[in-house]
Amino acid sequence: MTDMIEARAAGLAHQPLRLASPRTGFASGTLQSIRDIAAHRELLGLLISRELKARYKDSSLGFIWSLIRPLVMLLIYYVALGQFLGAARGIPRFAIFIYSGLAAWTLYSEIVALGTASIVGNSGLIKKVYLPREVFPLSVVGSSLFNFGMQFVILMAATAVAHEIPTGTRWLFFPLSLAVLLVWALAIALLLSAVNVYLRDVGYLVEIALQVFFWASPIVYSWNLVLGKIGGTIYETVYIANPMTLVTMGFQKTFWVAGDGQPYPDRLGLRLGIMLAIGLVLLWLCQRVFARLQANFAQEL
Amino acid sequence: MTRPTAIQISDVSKRFVIRKEKSLKERVVNFGRSKLHKEDFWALRDVSIDIESGTTVGLIGPNGSGKSTLLKMIGGIIQPTSGSVRLRGRLAALLELGAGFHPDLTGRENVYLNASILGLTRAETERHFDAIVDFSGIERFIDTQVKFYSSGMYVRLAFAVAIHVDPDILLVDEVLAVGDEPFQRKCLERIRGFQHEGRTIVMVTHSLDQVAEFCDRAVVLEAGRVAADGLPRDALKVLRADFEATRQEEITKSQLAEGAARPLAQITGVALRSDDGQTGRPTLVVGSGLAVAMQVDATTRLSDWILGVGLTTPMGTTLYQTNTKLMGVPPAPLLGTGKYEFHLADLPLGEGDYSVQASIQLLDGTDVHLVPEAANFSVRGDGSSLGPLSVPVTFAMV
Repeated sequence: MTDMIEARAAGLAHQPLRLASPRTGFASGTLQSIRDIAAHRELLGLLISRELKARYKDSSLGFIWSLIRPLVMLLIYYVALGQFLGAARGIPRFAIFIYSGLAAWTLYSEIVALGTASIVGNSGLIKKVYLPREVFPLSVVGSSLFNFGMQFVILMAATAVAHEIPTGTRWLFFPLSLAVLLVWALAIALLLSAVNVYLRDVGYLVEIALQVFFWASPIVYSWNLVLGKIGGTIYETVYIANPMTLVTMGFQKTFWVAGDGQPYPDRLGLRLGIMLAIGLVLLWLCQRVFARLQANFAQEL
Repeated sequence: MTRPTAIQISDVSKRFVIRKEKSLKERVVNFGRSKLHKEDFWALRDVSIDIESGTTVGLIGPNGSGKSTLLKMIGGIIQPTSGSVRLRGRLAALLELGAGFHPDLTGRENVYLNASILGLTRAETERHFDAIVDFSGIERFIDTQVKFYSSGMYVRLAFAVAIHVDPDILLVDEVLAVGDEPFQRKCLERIRGFQHEGRTIVMVTHSLDQVAEFCDRAVVLEAGRVAADGLPRDALKVLRADFEATRQEEITKSQLAEGAARPLAQITGVALRSDDGQTGRPTLVVGSGLAVAMQVDATTRLSDWILGVGLTTPMGTTLYQTNTKLMGVPPAPLLGTGKYEFHLADLPLGEGDYSVQASIQLLDGTDVHLVPEAANFSVRGDGSSLGPLSVPVTFAMV
């Protein structure tokens, strides 16, 4: 028995003393954070599956529910906006048009809304065990992507039914816009989840902001209509500066085959690329702010 | 061979700011005057502790003394305001069992999740899985959602996961008092196993007996400062004296508040005399008797009262206790000074130090005065046995 004690002691003697809770610099801590998160990727996977399993655990329809919601939304917009208000006029294959935008938006809003609540929602864990806290917003991204996957299947099925399966180079827009979407949503979720710990109002604010941005993106109406009203003005520049505007159109460009004759902002790919670059810088900034704020999570929650 | 330091806590202070507002509106309204709505609270003040690897340290102290804050700081969950905490080796924390459990998941899923939270890889968890389930003793329910578990089952599973982590430093917060007795014994056995394997254990507990039993060292925290640090018996003495002072203060306060309704009386002196005539701090031989003389001063009339005497070990465990009510000899009402004597004959005590406790109570149960360590004495034996009890013993092969 004493051998074991001595062996352990000897092993420890070789290790340097390390700080229990390292305080890293604003810029220099980036690598450390990434290494920390990478070391916990197994946990991340488990958290994602926990979220998915727990969400519909006791309902008999289970995952179907995550499909029903967007389908009902689609139906509402299709009937109310498309038919009654006449938005469908001038937009061929209106259902596919809406659904490609809606799929992108659902993913985005889910990450932002659930991500913002993720730190406060997991306060029990955060107060008890040290983990890189980024795993909570990240696990939201994972579970939202899973839901998105199912919507994607529906979308593909719809294009198949319409005999308009997207092919060829148009697919290049999909990974690019998805990347922009994920980077921006994660950046916002990281920042807001941390701020939400200190200011609980953020949760309500996010709800309203998401409503505003839903209507500020060409999801249920076409870019053509926007151009007709504010084309060429400063408002057009502002409108197009919304990353979700570009993402929505990137999705439409991919899946909405019938809309090929419709106007798109010129050099959409380049715009998306620039948006991705800005998003990556923003993501880095938000992660650093998160790392700063997380030091006091345990006592503020 | 000197052991390396496993945990080095140097000059750690922690300040909590108590804000009385949380919403945006309040912050905006009170902007600039926010100082008025803040209050500083020092949970820890200049705490320095070095813990060698392989030792088991008990952190004890009254509620709110900063024990849990210090433990969380070692765990890296809270950062110190000033000073630093440094560690060597892998750390695992048993801070509140089942913190990572999700009620909607089954026991099996939660085992994987919780093990991952505590730092086990999936492969390690798979290897230990049967042992974990076996230890918890709830094989039948492992595929049931944990929200249907009884609280005992919940805690059993959580503890089973926690002890299969392989840490160099283990932090334990108030978790040993779980489950039924056989399970508790299993847990404590496991903690002993950890000690034998040379792991460093820091435990926060209110069970002083556990500290006495397990720890090599105890640190008493009081209002964020280290009040005592050393052998468990010395630290416990400090803590018990402290608890007693608080209790006495409360008694005095309520006596003042209730005024004449509660009699004022005190034990003003306790003297020991052994059968062979020693006084002061007598040393007895095994099996001899002891007389305990007490002097009681009653400022107001004391009636329907009970005078009690007790024997305790230096750790504060009560070995023997009796009083005038149990003995059926009620003392006469008292005003002024009275002298009383208990005689404890043929004490079957083993070798060691002991304390005498004296108390005054009323028949309705209110405490009037209690002196936990009124006097001390020792017993000298022939070294043939250990423990506080002396038993005539023989040995033979049959």
